[in-house]
Amino acid sequence: MKLFIGSLQLGLLYGILALGIYISFRILSIPDLTTEGSFAFGLSVSAAVTASGHPLLALPASLLAGACAGACTGILQTRYRIHPILSGIITTSGLYSINLMVLGGAPNLSLVRAATIFKIVPFLSKNDAMTVLPIFFAVLCTVLIILFYHTHLGMCIRAVGDNEEMVRASSINVDACKVLAFSISNALIALSGAVIAQYQGYADISSSTGILVVGLASVIIGEAVFGKRGITLGFISAIVGSLIYRYIIALATRYSPLDAYMLKLVSAVIVGITLAMPAVKSNFAAARQKRGGAQDD
Amino acid sequence: MIELRNAVKIFEKGTAIEHTALNRLSLHVDSGEFVTILGSNGAGKSTLFNAICGTFLLDSGRVFLDGMDITYMPEHKRSAMIGRVFQDPMKGTAPHMTIEENLSLAYSRRNAKPLSFAPSRRQTALFRERLAEFGMGLEDRMKTKVGLLSGGQRQAVTLLMCTIVPPKLLLLDEHTAALDPATADKVMAITRKAVADDHLTTLMITHNMASALSTGTRTIMMDEGSILLDLSGEEREHTSVDDLLKLYAGSKHRAFDNDRMMLQ
Repeated sequence: MKLFIGSLQLGLLYGILALGIYISFRILSIPDLTTEGSFAFGLSVSAAVTASGHPLLALPASLLAGACAGACTGILQTRYRIHPILSGIITTSGLYSINLMVLGGAPNLSLVRAATIFKIVPFLSKNDAMTVLPIFFAVLCTVLIILFYHTHLGMCIRAVGDNEEMVRASSINVDACKVLAFSISNALIALSGAVIAQYQGYADISSSTGILVVGLASVIIGEAVFGKRGITLGFISAIVGSLIYRYIIALATRYSPLDAYMLKLVSAVIVGITLAMPAVKSNFAAARQKRGGAQDD
Repeated sequence: MIELRNAVKIFEKGTAIEHTALNRLSLHVDSGEFVTILGSNGAGKSTLFNAICGTFLLDSGRVFLDGMDITYMPEHKRSAMIGRVFQDPMKGTAPHMTIEENLSLAYSRRNAKPLSFAPSRRQTALFRERLAEFGMGLEDRMKTKVGLLSGGQRQAVTLLMCTIVPPKLLLLDEHTAALDPATADKVMAITRKAVADDHLTTLMITHNMASALSTGTRTIMMDEGSILLDLSGEEREHTSVDDLLKLYAGSKHRAFDNDRMMLQ
């Protein structure tokens, strides 16, 4: 039961990260490596602000921090035409120093004594709050982001990812759309990190390593369940995918001989295989066609 | 309405493959004129459109639209005033978005409130009415993703996207060339109607000489980045395809490869 609840909580919190990844990976069709930096940025900012006694303020602060990181990558990509992957790497490397600075020069910060959002919810014990708040944040973010992508501005961003050339020929500022999309994406990722820092009661700068693959795995697992349909279902499937991912991980560590440190390898393999599937399928079909053709002769 | 003065564009300047795409080209098109543009491959027809749209900046010369100097205006600002349909049906629409979303994107481009929900019910009703005029059954497929439509249907949707808010200038870049003859005729009929209904100032590139003479009010022929022939009014009415070929060959002073020019 504890395993079940724990995975639900983590699945929802990392689900917010998956929403952010869905925006860059599926809507813009640009893999965004800023993720690792912005997740740690959210984590650090949240921890630092919480430690100074403002757990609630930590959330908007992290949102803003993530948005800045995303905007930085977006501007490098659009205005200065740096390769998308490279722009993400540049931002992330820069953020590494910034995150250490935010955490006061140390790679981690404990929040054991600090008041976190989970301790200050009225009428709820800390244990209940640790379930209720993740549900609240995940649902709120999903609803808001779905609504946003049904507005005119949201539709412009979708069109940029779908057919950039067409959008350039209409009166929409493609570059501004991309920068905005990266800001929103990384704001969500940072928020995910911010809540997780308070949830865990500590911030560790290394916990963001490999986080992009975790998000991608969630998005891909969600699509395997729901299929690639509209945008509304896409965001919901990202959250569900994140939950399924957490349960897979929980089961894998509990009932298999794998040690916990093997998790990232398992995720990487899952993502690698899933992304390779279309090519494998078409190779397989071509091979079958060749064999079939030989038989007909 | 649209005017180019001494427009010059040289690609790969200073290299061995330097190429003058626009050579001191001047063109003045009045409001409501429908100009068809002929010319062999590499004559500078698409470069002319790109110069008007702001895909690149001119090396020298100026561009005016509706009396306004737009020589240095960024592409996305110009495109609020210019509608453009490409030859490739894939270019003008977003394939993973529905017909109504594509149309809404185009419709809201001039007076959009960024955070209003789209498409609104009022918009949907308008789109349905306009799509019904095509007689393609698209009005019943508003929630279909555009990627699932045929090339002709996509061009029809693109055309509506470009004209649903009447643009100051409509540019058609061989927009029926990739379609089968029957569909091409259908899309041309829709084009003529759209242009006539709103008295749109239009430039249309085509490789079909007969259609260049029968469509619109004026025909120009381009070669090596400048305008070779400019026919309108009575002179144009009395010109046949053969005359065009002779005129072209005459002004070029060289044997003329009929087949390659015609491409039909």
